Amino acid sequence: MTYTQLGFLMVVGAVLIDLLVLRTRLVTRKGFWVAYAIVLFFQLLTNGILTGIGAFRYADDAIVGQMPADGGPPPMFGEGRVVFQPFEDLMMGFSLCLLAMALWIFWGRRGVQRTPMAGPPIWRSGRWARTPAPGAASAEPRGAGDGDAST
Amino acid sequence: MGRFTYFAVLAFIFVGSAWLEIALRTRVFRRWKRLLLALAVPFMVFVAWDVWALATGHWSIDPERTVGLDLFGVIPIEEIVFFIVVPTASILSLEAVRSVRGWPLGDEEITP
Repeated sequence: MTYTQLGFLMVVGAVLIDLLVLRTRLVTRKGFWVAYAIVLFFQLLTNGILTGIGAFRYADDAIVGQMPADGGPPPMFGEGRVVFQPFEDLMMGFSLCLLAMALWIFWGRRGVQRTPMAGPPIWRSGRWARTPAPGAASAEPRGAGDGDAST
Repeated sequence: MGRFTYFAVLAFIFVGSAWLEIALRTRVFRRWKRLLLALAVPFMVFVAWDVWALATGHWSIDPERTVGLDLFGVIPIEEIVFFIVVPTASILSLEAVRSVRGWPLGDEEITP
């Protein structure tokens, strides 16, 4: 099985686990896609550097794209590459992060350290808040909760 | 940066995401038991995939860009760290988005 086929299977597998096994349905939520966009940006940047300088190399028969015949560096775009990295890497990154995020939500929903919930940002309450009292008061209910319900 | 190239990139990813714990109060590291539970399965699956792909030759890692500590004889220590740092960064991003926007993510109630 090639990296292309495995990457595709992992994406489908991760989505099915999110929807049907864990039933976290993260792929239906706006918050997940915004978070993934952030992750994708940094993957393109960091993995782009490492693949661009040749720290990672891929076998021609494992991915869709082919390396230049002259043994030079991979193209930035084209030959299945997106910012130097094979698009297969994006499938691996997506499935890895979706799986981890879905499991994070899954365990929280089961009551394992569901709280304290995230937020608010420090500039909305606390020392850096521009409007200390109302901001802190409105933010408090999300931080408080059913306590540490972990086993 | 030579042999610390890969580690430097991992350090960038870690520092670039860990600050959210303080600035956006993501409370991911504070909920470390939940974090470890979330990381465990993807870690095992993807490390196994990586070991197999390195052994099969699907991809290779330039030994000049790693410190040279290889586990099981094939997988550089950086790859092990990668599969901890990157999923952690993705969870930090998810909680950072929640911190700023407050959009629901499905764990607002306990549903066993």
